[in-house]
Amino acid sequence: MSGDPCDRCEELLQDFLDRTLSDAEWREAETHLAGCDYCSRRYRFEASLRRYVKTSAIERMPPGLMAKLDELRGLDATA
Amino acid sequence: MSEPEPDTEARRIATEARDRARFEEEALSLADQVYRVARRLVGSREEAEDLVQETYARAFRSWRSYTAGTNMRAWLLRILTNLNVDRGRRIQRTPQTQPLEETDYYLANKLASAGGEQVLETDDVVERMSQDSVVNALSEIQPQFREVVVLVDIGDFTYADAAQILDIPIGTVMSRLHRGRRALKQRLAEGAVT
Repeated sequence: MSGDPCDRCEELLQDFLDRTLSDAEWREAETHLAGCDYCSRRYRFEASLRRYVKTSAIERMPPGLMAKLDELRGLDATA
Repeated sequence: MSEPEPDTEARRIATEARDRARFEEEALSLADQVYRVARRLVGSREEAEDLVQETYARAFRSWRSYTAGTNMRAWLLRILTNLNVDRGRRIQRTPQTQPLEETDYYLANKLASAGGEQVLETDDVVERMSQDSVVNALSEIQPQFREVVVLVDIGDFTYADAAQILDIPIGTVMSRLHRGRRALKQRLAEGAVT
């Protein structure tokens, strides 16, 4: 039983984008993606989603925190 | 010879002061990146500020235990995640039992079944979800999974760094990361398609 190739491609998605697949798995995914619009669309979607999650989640340091951290310099190890 | 020469001692003190100042400079230059991770590990901006301040207080006190030339960002984050666990401050909004998360295409499939397959082709498909909904979805993932997702996907740490920071094996980092990302997509799917 070989299973659905799109299910297999779905399993490889995260490691493909993380670039942690073995060479053989990488070729397997590339070959399938070259001929499968369904999976290609989902891979592209996942890549944009990751970028979007990162952009959305990043919050800059509140103003004033840096000055508070700066004041901690020179703290004594015994304090 | 029992007493060091006065000028040797003075030189030692000067060298130590210089090393320490360098350490502090480098640590402070990473504050924005440290805060970025802290903010997504705890529930509020105030808690994140406290956590970062405690982290720097501890880091500055124990600066001698940092090995020059190693990854200082990871070293700081290790202090931070330990402090966070000690205080039991990790956000606990999720129920005790985590439902089995859906597979990786789940969110894309949901969007495609609501808006047609071509919706996935559009450039702004992800941006139709509000940034707040993404942040909320992230905060709802079980803490042990969220920690890894935040370190790797928000903080840009490698699997190896995350393993070192959290003191868990790399294989555990990978499985938590995969499950955490699927849990995130599942929550986004619940919000995106109603």
